[in-house]
Amino acid sequence: MEFDQYHEPPEELSPELRTKARLFASLAEEAEAINWYEQRLSVEPDAEARAIMRNAQHEEFKHFSMDLEFLFRRIPIWRKLAEGVLFKDGDIVEHGEAAEAGTEGDEDGAESTGGSGNGSLGIGSLKGAGL
Amino acid sequence: MNHLLRGHAPITDEAWKQIDEEATQALVPRLGGRKLVDFDGPLGWGHSATDLGRVSGSADGPADGVKLRTRQVLPVVELRADFTVSRAELEALDRGAVDTDFDSLNDAARNIAVAENAAIFHGLAEVGIKGMAEASSHDPIPLGDNGFSDYPEHIAKAIEVILSSGVEGPYGVALSPECYTGVVESAERGGYPLLSHIRKIMQESGDGPLVWAPGLDGVVVASLRGGDFLFESGQDLSIGYDSHDAEQVNLYVEESFTFRVATPEAAVALPK
Repeated sequence: MEFDQYHEPPEELSPELRTKARLFASLAEEAEAINWYEQRLSVEPDAEARAIMRNAQHEEFKHFSMDLEFLFRRIPIWRKLAEGVLFKDGDIVEHGEAAEAGTEGDEDGAESTGGSGNGSLGIGSLKGAGL
Repeated sequence: MNHLLRGHAPITDEAWKQIDEEATQALVPRLGGRKLVDFDGPLGWGHSATDLGRVSGSADGPADGVKLRTRQVLPVVELRADFTVSRAELEALDRGAVDTDFDSLNDAARNIAVAENAAIFHGLAEVGIKGMAEASSHDPIPLGDNGFSDYPEHIAKAIEVILSSGVEGPYGVALSPECYTGVVESAERGGYPLLSHIRKIMQESGDGPLVWAPGLDGVVVASLRGGDFLFESGQDLSIGYDSHDAEQVNLYVEESFTFRVATPEAAVALPK
């Protein structure tokens, strides 16, 4: 059975990364569903059918938001950057550039003194590992 | 740059890479507690407490007819172990030396791993953390004074005790350094290695891991089915910069976390 959410061999990924991969896949599916409902709603003439689709699309909004929040919590640097972009009035690109500049020092591989990364050794879960 | 202030250290990126690798190599074999528990996070250096979902007893509030209750949380504990690296050694490393003196780093890594394991297995009373051994609802199974030859029997008994309380495996076994050395060096009557016997018992009960855990006193047997032992990381083990002079750079290894036992039936302590 094939699992499309994996880009690398699943057996080489930690349980935490596999969980994230499932949520990434779910996030993409919810976004796709929102897009589909958006298109269907634009062409459906029957008001009752549109009401049902609108209700269903709201469910997908909720699912997408929960998936996204989960991933933000597990990837703090993403959350930090997103905080500089989301729910703000004004120029989205400007907010994005400013948020990126504000998190550069924390990114893996970022050019900085202090070596790579944010200082974490990235050890994380070792559950199930032997001696 | 974050609070670790690595960017202020007189250390090249290549030297930082070597320091991080050396620290990881020194830490991972010693983090026996992590090999048995659920790891959540890291939730960031700003994470300060774990919500326990409980409240304190009700009291009279500041106005008539108003009751007051306080949410209970488990505060995040910070562990930090300082170490130094000679600037001459760092310069040698940048010239290509492969025998850099990282003794102080290794000592700090060992100490913080011991502290983390001690918190997981025996708790930190001063911050309200209960360890797996003390939280266990089962009577301890003393290892006794008959040497190490009884260990397979004791470990099998501990697994049976956990299973009898309805907690499934796989089951892991954590050994203190003293117990591990004794087990490795010992054989049963007939010459069968004790370690092989213990591994066979564990294979039969779900093939959980056998871990070496400096900081643990005795032996702990625990279920690894999940959801029973919760290590919540704020900042995972990281290397930070403190200060430097002409001779040396002062660094530290640091982490923040809480630890909770959700299922006291899921572990048994086997004290020396």
